[in-house]
Amino acid sequence: MHRAAFRDPTSAQYSAVTTSCVSLNRYYEYMFGSSKRQQLNKRRRTGPSELTELQVLITSPDSDCDGYPSVTSDESCESPLFLYLLYFYRICLETFSQLVFEDDYGAKSVNATQISDFPRFAHRGILLDTSRHYLPIKVILANLETMAMNKINVFHWHIVDDQSFPYLSRTFPQLSQQGAYHPYTHVYTPADVKMVIEFARLRGIRVIPEFDTPGHTQSWGKGQKDLLTPCYSGATPSGTFGPVNPILNTTYDFMSQFFKEISTVFPDAYVHLGGDEVDFNCWKSNPDIQKFMAQQGFGQDFSKLESFYIQRLLNIVTSTKKGYMIWQEVFDNGVKLKPDTIIHVWKGTQLQYQNEMANVTSAGYQTLLSTPWYLNRISYGQDWRGHYKADPQDFNGTDEQKKLVVGGEACLWGEYVDATNLTPRLWPRASAVAERLWSAKDVTDINDAFNRLSVHRCRMVERGIPAEPLFSSFCPREYKGL
Amino acid sequence: MHKGLQTHPNFYFLLLSILQVGLNTVEAVWPLPQTFISSSEQYRLNPQTFYFGYGMQSAAQPGCTVLDSAFKRYFSLIFLDLTSGYGALRFSVDKPFSVEISVDRDDCDGYPSEDSSEKYNLTVSAGRASLNAQTVWGALRGLESFSQLVYQDDFGSYFVNKTEIEDFPRFQFRAILLDTSRHYLPVQTILKTLDAMAYSKFNVFHWHIVDDPSFPYQSRTFPDLSAKGAFHPMTHIYTQSDVRRVISHGRLRGIRILPEFDSPGHTKSWGKGQSDLLTPCYNGGIPSGTFGPINPALPSTYTFMATLFKEVSSVFPDSYIHLGGDEVDFTCWRSNPDVRAFMQAMGFGGDFTKLEAFYMENIMNITSALNKTSIVWQDVFDYHERRSSLSVVEVWKEGCYLCEVRRVAKAGLKVILASPWYLDQPGPSHNWARYYTVWPLAFKGTEEQKKLVIGGEVCMWGEYVDATNLMPRLWPRASAAAERLWSDEQQTSNVDKAFPRLQEFRCKLLRRGIQAEPLYVGHCKHEYQGI
Repeated sequence: MHRAAFRDPTSAQYSAVTTSCVSLNRYYEYMFGSSKRQQLNKRRRTGPSELTELQVLITSPDSDCDGYPSVTSDESCESPLFLYLLYFYRICLETFSQLVFEDDYGAKSVNATQISDFPRFAHRGILLDTSRHYLPIKVILANLETMAMNKINVFHWHIVDDQSFPYLSRTFPQLSQQGAYHPYTHVYTPADVKMVIEFARLRGIRVIPEFDTPGHTQSWGKGQKDLLTPCYSGATPSGTFGPVNPILNTTYDFMSQFFKEISTVFPDAYVHLGGDEVDFNCWKSNPDIQKFMAQQGFGQDFSKLESFYIQRLLNIVTSTKKGYMIWQEVFDNGVKLKPDTIIHVWKGTQLQYQNEMANVTSAGYQTLLSTPWYLNRISYGQDWRGHYKADPQDFNGTDEQKKLVVGGEACLWGEYVDATNLTPRLWPRASAVAERLWSAKDVTDINDAFNRLSVHRCRMVERGIPAEPLFSSFCPREYKGL
Repeated sequence: MHKGLQTHPNFYFLLLSILQVGLNTVEAVWPLPQTFISSSEQYRLNPQTFYFGYGMQSAAQPGCTVLDSAFKRYFSLIFLDLTSGYGALRFSVDKPFSVEISVDRDDCDGYPSEDSSEKYNLTVSAGRASLNAQTVWGALRGLESFSQLVYQDDFGSYFVNKTEIEDFPRFQFRAILLDTSRHYLPVQTILKTLDAMAYSKFNVFHWHIVDDPSFPYQSRTFPDLSAKGAFHPMTHIYTQSDVRRVISHGRLRGIRILPEFDSPGHTKSWGKGQSDLLTPCYNGGIPSGTFGPINPALPSTYTFMATLFKEVSSVFPDSYIHLGGDEVDFTCWRSNPDVRAFMQAMGFGGDFTKLEAFYMENIMNITSALNKTSIVWQDVFDYHERRSSLSVVEVWKEGCYLCEVRRVAKAGLKVILASPWYLDQPGPSHNWARYYTVWPLAFKGTEEQKKLVIGGEVCMWGEYVDATNLMPRLWPRASAAAERLWSDEQQTSNVDKAFPRLQEFRCKLLRRGIQAEPLYVGHCKHEYQGI
């Protein structure tokens, strides 16, 4: 392949492609970037066996260049690189760029290849947590870029939690004003959020925000008085607060307005509503809540109160025309859910999560798996092997049930993670998950995977991503950033 | 999400109040100085009227490279918001503040050694600070402490409080080991590590430069060693010029460079460029094609090692050298008929530890003839009968490591402790306390014996570590070990008191461009801006 002669084809969509979609320059950089130093004569005639053109043909009837990717988007691609839908030409370009290799003298080549590819699962996600530690936009974007290199197509943005509220809400600016680590330097402005969404869109990645309630909301209470339940110590308020207060109408007025904003800011068809780890102690201690429980006939069963809250929240979100994902507790506690709810499994041992997958799918719900892919849990040695082995359809169930497994997500919780150590902790370990979610079920040879993943890791390093090593070895081009 | 992770609002409030106090006083200095008096009386500093200077009585004067370059460096570290350089003099109404450095001995052109004094006194009062030390290396430690006393208010103005510090390290040998064989580390990464080491007052860089997987050291005398043994003969080597650069960068920061050429095990890569060095393994009477440790039965081995160490001794100026000697697998030696014959001839019988001891004795003779003091891993001590020929033993194995320290000290040998500080094991960083709550002298022994514990070492083995993840894995956890090795144990035994100080120090490291990972949830005013 000779650099100067590499050209983009003219296809029916070509002009639309370059103006409103991502330009193809990025992949040009990936393939030829390292040979920039060489002074090549642009007018050199091409040799007989040189590849001079990459034809990208999009066979979708309508120009979807300005839309957003969704769970039903067709991500297949076939060589000679026919595509069905526009975004996903990016995926084919990714594949092609990975086929290019370099010899010891810097000459680039590609072998004659035939590929017919499509993902096994439609939802292949990564969760990042920007509440336990604020993540500067740069890190988020760099990791979105890396997700694209790994054909990950969902960014699950766990944007707020107990520790801080960095999301700058137009309707309730006090939330971040009071709840962020710092109201100016540690927030995501509407412009920041737009940038993330667009950057992701151009890479075929959906951005699904998570606003986790009623637990995990300490930071919400700083800027929104009366939102959280006041805990009591005996007969008097203790000064501390618990989960969102489910008995006040003001709570639901707030949630209505808040989720209305969220539904306009985030274009994806789904939002993640959380619903995990609700501590009942504070509710129990509050006399008004006790009164309410008695009135409603809930007795001392606080999961009924939790259901009461979630029910109303789900109705609110439904009215904003979004689908929702929730952590498994909401299902486990018997809350009534809409049929297109996606249930996110995260707890337990292997046996326990396999049972959960079976239960959730036998109840007819779609499900996502994360339990074996908590990448914040680190250990000494090659733990990617364990991540690679886990299979989301590995449970006792019918084929119909297994079809309800939409995919999975690798989670990088932020208690001990921020921009200083996020990228090496995420990659290449998440790449093992990425292959499990994209490739065929029978791609399980771990030794072969090691060889290929080592090459893939060096490729990420070469593209400027500090993906950490698998074992003692070297990359032809080591990481240059510090 | 973790099961049972609750928030503790009271804890955060306490944390915040400690932070406010700690920020401005000596508690902000890490590692904690030995003795200090601090007050809340503050003095404003203006970069335009701030000067470093030499005292009239100081043995070191302008022209002392170590201190001249330190003044430049610390000026930028103190006035972090400045983008322009040192010494732009402009008219200002602010009163000048001068830091006067006086040193007893002019050892400016030398290298720090194992008994260099790092003692210093620092007095900060209105308009001036005076820093006194016996050597320039002590002055460097004092400058580091001073730089950590300076803080900024919310409007960016710089302040320092009235302070008096008398400081010296508890242990003389405070090291970090980097492994450049399992993964090649670019020179920039090594230099950056030296910078970060100086911030925590580490003073020895133990360079585990070669091992089984690769031989990146480009030898003058035996160029084939790296030409055939490095991961890549051009891109993954340390030239003589690279090595000189590391040594000089270390010297200007008072850091000794201690090379390790580990043998007879851990030498697979050596055999690629030096045929007949490694023992050919046998399988049922014939060579199997694989190789084992260095062949101790051939005279050519010792000729080679003598020549190599002659070069290494002249390239690396420190008086100490690390000879390794760990994890020797006897299977290959046992399989080789020539080695077995040699064992018989030497009267070793079937005891291969005697063969290993014989080999190490020879190597130690070579290095002592070159006037170097040898350090060996504990395996050599464990196998050696004639222990008096050893000098310094490094304890690294798990289990009752203090038992081993005691044994070594009882034998009258110097000890370096590494066992509790294997930081290549990544933990969630809340395990930093396990590197802090180490009591190196908590063994039964006499005062004389305890004095033989010269210090400790943080080991960052490279199997899973390279330039992509080295900095966050090393910092700030290594700083916990740094305080254990420098400060007074009684004043630094409380983890709860250390935690907010270490969090604050970590934010300081970030500000200085060191990619130190977070200890727990929270934030720094200035976050890391890279990826």
